[in-house]
Amino acid sequence: MELALLISILTVTIQAGASLVFAAVGEIYTERAGVLNLGLEGILIMGAVSAFAVGFHTDSLLLGTLAAILVGGALAAIHAFLSVTLRADQVVSGLALTLFGIGLSSFLGQRLGPEGAPLVGLVGPKFTKAALPGLNQIPMLGQALFNQDLLVYLMYLTVPVSAFLLYRTRLGLNVRAVGEDPDTADAMGISVTRTRYLATIGGGMLMGLGGAHLSLAYTPGWTENLTGGRGWIAIALVIFATWEPARALLGALIFGGVNAIQFRLQAAGGGVIPAAMLAMMPYLLTVVVLTLITVYENVSRRLGAPAALGLPYMRGER
Amino acid sequence: MQLILERRLSRPRHIEFLFPLIALALALIFSGILLWIFGANPFETYAAMASGAFGQRYNISETILRAIPLMLTGLAVGIAFRMLFWNIGAEGQFVWGVIAATWVALFLPEQIGGLPQWAFLPVMILAAFVAGAIWGLIPAFLKTALGVNEIITTLMFNYVALLWMQYLYTGAWKDPEGFGFPGSAQFPKHAWLPRLPFDLERVHYGLVMAVLAALLLWLVLDRTKWGLEIKVIGKNPLAARYAGMSIARNVLLVMCVSGGIAGLAGFSQVAGVAHRMQNGIAVGDGFTAIIVAWLAKLNPWAILLVSVLLAGLNTGGDQLQITMGLPAAVAGVLQGSILFFVLGADVFINYRLRVIRTQPRRASTPTPAARGPTPAD
Repeated sequence: MELALLISILTVTIQAGASLVFAAVGEIYTERAGVLNLGLEGILIMGAVSAFAVGFHTDSLLLGTLAAILVGGALAAIHAFLSVTLRADQVVSGLALTLFGIGLSSFLGQRLGPEGAPLVGLVGPKFTKAALPGLNQIPMLGQALFNQDLLVYLMYLTVPVSAFLLYRTRLGLNVRAVGEDPDTADAMGISVTRTRYLATIGGGMLMGLGGAHLSLAYTPGWTENLTGGRGWIAIALVIFATWEPARALLGALIFGGVNAIQFRLQAAGGGVIPAAMLAMMPYLLTVVVLTLITVYENVSRRLGAPAALGLPYMRGER
Repeated sequence: MQLILERRLSRPRHIEFLFPLIALALALIFSGILLWIFGANPFETYAAMASGAFGQRYNISETILRAIPLMLTGLAVGIAFRMLFWNIGAEGQFVWGVIAATWVALFLPEQIGGLPQWAFLPVMILAAFVAGAIWGLIPAFLKTALGVNEIITTLMFNYVALLWMQYLYTGAWKDPEGFGFPGSAQFPKHAWLPRLPFDLERVHYGLVMAVLAALLLWLVLDRTKWGLEIKVIGKNPLAARYAGMSIARNVLLVMCVSGGIAGLAGFSQVAGVAHRMQNGIAVGDGFTAIIVAWLAKLNPWAILLVSVLLAGLNTGGDQLQITMGLPAAVAGVLQGSILFFVLGADVFINYRLRVIRTQPRRASTPTPAARGPTPAD
């Protein structure tokens, strides 16, 4: 019985963590190139609403997912245009994107149902669990890891592929160079503008995918404010992960786990600890972890942040 | 041929006024297109919003009422942004103001054996300021002592504060005679912030607090040595350090003021409008405040003005829901796109676009343009 409980907690943990992984890895690409995208929450929620709306009307999970990816890329492109081409303040531009995304998603959620009705409460297609034959037979972990939906498997792939892309390819090298020292990268003949656009838009697409997992798999359907601040947690995760995709996976699982346990405890009789107190845990944990990491980084004198993060690049100025 | 952005050597005055207006117009057009794509008539929508916000005396008073918390939170984040401390946590500091004011109004007198009626409001104001300041000081301390990124901490603290308040009004502080309604008991009448004596419906003395706060901040920032220090730290922290200014001390002081003012906003909402702690008292003003402060270029007087305009978007948006069945969220879309375009326009205030003709260049030879102005690729 204990084992069954553990497996079910781990299963939920992975489901809760999947969107966080997509979003955090997307933000890692973006920040590695030196662009801070605080519009993550807005992109995530727009990804969720477009995935559900398109999925509902076409009855196609593939089209819904693709829509979320495209919308994510398009919104990130706005941020890239403002912060890379126009060199606007990245904090404000990102916040504007979040505000815009939350507003637009709520507007669309009330208009995109059949004949202009709201999307809330509708039942659309959703990713169901598909066990991977063979792998799901692994004792203990098999059921939790390999009896999941397709997007979770895609998430498993995203992490090593991203790590490979960042550390083993020319493109990844360019991205990191542009984020660490744009002047030198520019002198080496790397286009700072193009690389930053690429990383920001590619990252945005991953964030959109994270939104799709929310509305098509984790909590199928659309409700206003569906993301509930997950985008902000993902941004904290990036720092927690010191800009490494693999550690982002680990972090997302910890956060997903806290969430899963919190729901368990609530279900098991929240009389002892009030629900609101449990719901606070992920946010407090973020602050604690961030503090520990910062202290550790300061002590070890090895800052993981891309040196040019948040700074617009202007050739010859500086 | 090439398009380049070139730093302006002089900034003509008319540009600084004209460009934001152009940006506003473009934002309206952009949002109008979005509305039109999704089946709403943009002209009717804007007209309904405008009349909902400023159409009649009642609408105007509601807009001003709506603007009061924006003014206070806007001033709060504005002073923090002046020294580049990204206080995204005004919402949480606001919430602590609400909690503290509620505690004084409902529970303090019992614990200390009574409080004279005249003392309620002053003690509530003091408590709200202190509570907001403490909530703002924690991230400030983490930043100055340990270097922890304040964007994340202030943000996470918003959620903690909101959940804390939710716990209080659904649990410990829930009105026992409220028929299960989630909310605290109503404040006694002497803990209500009175309405202004003019004929402005529900507009309360919070407006006076906001104007006084703007005046004080303007005096401090523009007329005192401390204000100068804040400005220098914001513009050039390195120079500030060479000049012997303590950045850590200033961050703590500024966040004390910033969190405190945000706490006052919470006080004015709960004591002036809701008269009890309940759901829907914190509606994201601490976030909108960031836009307010930015659009106002951190100028206290401009913050008051911009607050009224953005509040107009909100009251106008609420009106949409009633008159046209359109979601009030249109206001958020408009606010977001206004910010996009103003941000874009900002660039053209500082830089100008030039079309230059270049000879076909070989890959290895730098063009003469490579040193000063930059190709925008």
